[in-house]
Amino acid sequence: MAAYDAKMRVWRGDASGGELKDYTVEVNDGEVVLDIIHRLQQTQTGDLAVRWNCKAGKCGSCSAEINGRPRLMCMTRMSTFGEDEVVTVTPMRTFPVMRDLVCDVSFNYEKAREIPSFTPPKDLQPGEYRMAQEDVNRSQEFRKCIECFLCQNVCHVNRDHEENKEAFSGPRYLMRQAELDMHPLDVHGRRAEQAQEENGLGYCNITKCCTEVCPEHIKITDNALIPMKERAADRKYDPIVWLGNKLFRR
Amino acid sequence: MSELERHEYDVVVIGAGGAGLRAVIEARERGLRVAVITKSLFGKAHTVMAEGGCAAAMRNVNTKDSWQVHFGDTMRGGKFLNNWRMAELHAQEAPDRVWELETYGALFDRTKDGKISQRNFGGHTYPRLAHVGDRTGLEIIRTLQQKIVSLQQEDKAELGDYEARIRVFHEVAVTELILENGKVAGAFGYYRETGEFVLFEAPAVVLATGGIGKSYKVSSNSWEYTGDGHALALRAGSALINMEFIQFHPTGMVWPLSVKGILVTEGVRGDGGVLKNSEGKRFMFDYIPDVFKGQYAETEEEADQWLKDNDSARRTPDLLPRDEVARAINTEVKEGRGTPHGGVYLDIASRMSSEEIKRRLPSMYHQFIELAEVDITTDEMEVGPTCHYVMGGIEVDPDSGAAATPGLFAAGECAGGMHGSNRLGGNSLSDLLVFGRRAGLGAADYVRAMSDRPKVSDDSVEKATAMALAPFDGPGDGSAPENPYTLQLDMQDTMNNLVGIIRKSDEMQEALDKLQELRRRYRNVKVEGDRKFNPGWHLAMDLRNMLLVSESVAKSAITRTESRGGHTRDDYPQMDAQWRNALLACRVEGADPVVPDVTVEKQRQVPMRPDLLECFELSELEKYYTDDELVEHPQRKG
Repeated sequence: MAAYDAKMRVWRGDASGGELKDYTVEVNDGEVVLDIIHRLQQTQTGDLAVRWNCKAGKCGSCSAEINGRPRLMCMTRMSTFGEDEVVTVTPMRTFPVMRDLVCDVSFNYEKAREIPSFTPPKDLQPGEYRMAQEDVNRSQEFRKCIECFLCQNVCHVNRDHEENKEAFSGPRYLMRQAELDMHPLDVHGRRAEQAQEENGLGYCNITKCCTEVCPEHIKITDNALIPMKERAADRKYDPIVWLGNKLFRR
Repeated sequence: MSELERHEYDVVVIGAGGAGLRAVIEARERGLRVAVITKSLFGKAHTVMAEGGCAAAMRNVNTKDSWQVHFGDTMRGGKFLNNWRMAELHAQEAPDRVWELETYGALFDRTKDGKISQRNFGGHTYPRLAHVGDRTGLEIIRTLQQKIVSLQQEDKAELGDYEARIRVFHEVAVTELILENGKVAGAFGYYRETGEFVLFEAPAVVLATGGIGKSYKVSSNSWEYTGDGHALALRAGSALINMEFIQFHPTGMVWPLSVKGILVTEGVRGDGGVLKNSEGKRFMFDYIPDVFKGQYAETEEEADQWLKDNDSARRTPDLLPRDEVARAINTEVKEGRGTPHGGVYLDIASRMSSEEIKRRLPSMYHQFIELAEVDITTDEMEVGPTCHYVMGGIEVDPDSGAAATPGLFAAGECAGGMHGSNRLGGNSLSDLLVFGRRAGLGAADYVRAMSDRPKVSDDSVEKATAMALAPFDGPGDGSAPENPYTLQLDMQDTMNNLVGIIRKSDEMQEALDKLQELRRRYRNVKVEGDRKFNPGWHLAMDLRNMLLVSESVAKSAITRTESRGGHTRDDYPQMDAQWRNALLACRVEGADPVVPDVTVEKQRQVPMRPDLLECFELSELEKYYTDDELVEHPQRKG
């Protein structure tokens, strides 16, 4: 494929407002959207703000919306678009914009702190942990997460309802609860209930948008959120658990 | 101008990769208040790019392993130039550091009996690398990140504030260390988002800024790798050692051009993948160097037998240390046996089932299918060397991580010595855990032992502010303004072409001349736009560090007249025993506050302790040491 000039439309602005600006940029064989953004920086607009690190789909920094779809810029090849197609790049919509393609993702770091950390058995010494591979597989799937926050961005619970942000941790952190709940050595014991009561699991109505945008192909809905919902429901409606909770809690 | 934001901490850690975060944990566990500063978001550090694993002689897969064997492999890998005390501490402490990660919540792949699984890797005698598929670095960074969150949760429970003891300043870059009376008094930097300046007043600073790979055109490193810690330490009066040793990872992607340099994990070869040239030949058998003769398989059958059972055959030469493999690939390509895109083939498809490949190497599968449209379960990969790691770094005390400047500590890639002239794969993740902890401890001890803290002067702050703002002014003498991006590309070309994998005296001299020219041009850099999240301005400030560090690399490289590890010279192709215990130390001098001059001085390595020397056969030491050095060896005396 020969080099060609692509028509790009990139959102420029900051918290006070902004607009889409048109650029014509050279594209070479094999290049991804992030390459084109970098070429723009190098040759046309040195102050274009973009967040990126590894350029290999491993760090999850360069999340944006490309033609309206939440994606990693480093993993979106220009060849997925027609040569005469206008490619529009905008910042993630759910988070406040800082500048150009960079937004303030601190919401996610706040939510991360609300999930209780790994709780190992007190008497288990370092070096004595024993776990079967088949028992760690489930949590390992969730630990593939690169924290690109695309799932947090796409989930309509927060995307369309700013007011939900306080109560709803979003798919990434509900999945973190699931990951720890399924950790063979975590003894916390109340993660499903906590996800339901404190992290807003009930808001999720399993539309699977998070799963669809996950660049790591983690089955967030099927493997993390639905099992958590089932567990939370089981415990709530199981009469013995209910009685036990009544008698022994606190 | 708005009032300068100021913070006071006991310890400031610059860099939030594995080494930085481990240092934070240690200093916090000792009760100190710690700030961690990162140019990126929390959890995005370059550590995520480490794929293959973390080396530690836990003996889970082969009980013959021990810290002594790991120590020996590390010294061999570094061609005996390593700081042996660091290599010793590293080999001894790595298992504890890995096991500790499990208590923080890490989930490594398991053996059949439920222990941490360990895989083979280049230069490691036994399967030694704790791993999680091919995303071990991600697991480690996430684990440390989550441990810090858990400590913050404890602080919140105890003191009502998540940030009572640890605060993460993300997307903040440090441009200057502030010294008062020769001691560390603080660090000055800016918020990337707003462009506002911030001053951290602290008596101890731990540098954990990683490497310098962004000075090279073909590199596996991200934009952050601009040698900030190296340059900060130099300007603060500390020394860099071993800067001529740059690791070119043998297997980077070569096609398409836009992904050239992206890493292909050594785990592919560790799990059985083999290198082939365009004639389909497994060429590594032709490249076993004399120093490793007898230690590696000489036929394909023996190599394949070793993969099945380590104890019944010698290891495959596909897993020679990285410097050897990178040079071999370079030669194959140069002699016309390369692939269409100038690499060689790496074949895993014919070696195991499609399912097994996807399970063991999921992110490699993903990376090739999405970026190169190559399905590695059916087709061969095209790979070639990429600038990956700098063995050189800040000269530190092995036990405490202390640099020469009082109050300054360093750990991880930005510290030098541990890996000698070449780092073994898997020794980086363990390095940053072992020495991140030690630097955190060293800084904590230093702070607790001091009676009064140095005070940051207004003059220092004014100077740092003016320096950071200079790129907005551009040339004052009417010269044409320089674009920082163009300057960076020119520098990357210079280093890549003239101080690259194979070096020559005249080319390195040319590089030094060009670097002088780039230094002059740097004075004319002018950036557009304002201070809010302005990558052009950020690059202009980083360039100042890159120029200083590139000069250190080039000057050291031209001084060392031999080939060893990550320093290969066309005009001096042999390893020279006279150079074995000579370290080249870079320091700055002169009055230029922007990019000072670099001096290179030869200094002697401390001789290895006799009990450690006994980890090696005399016949092996004779390949590296001079006769004079071995006079005292017990086997010679006896």
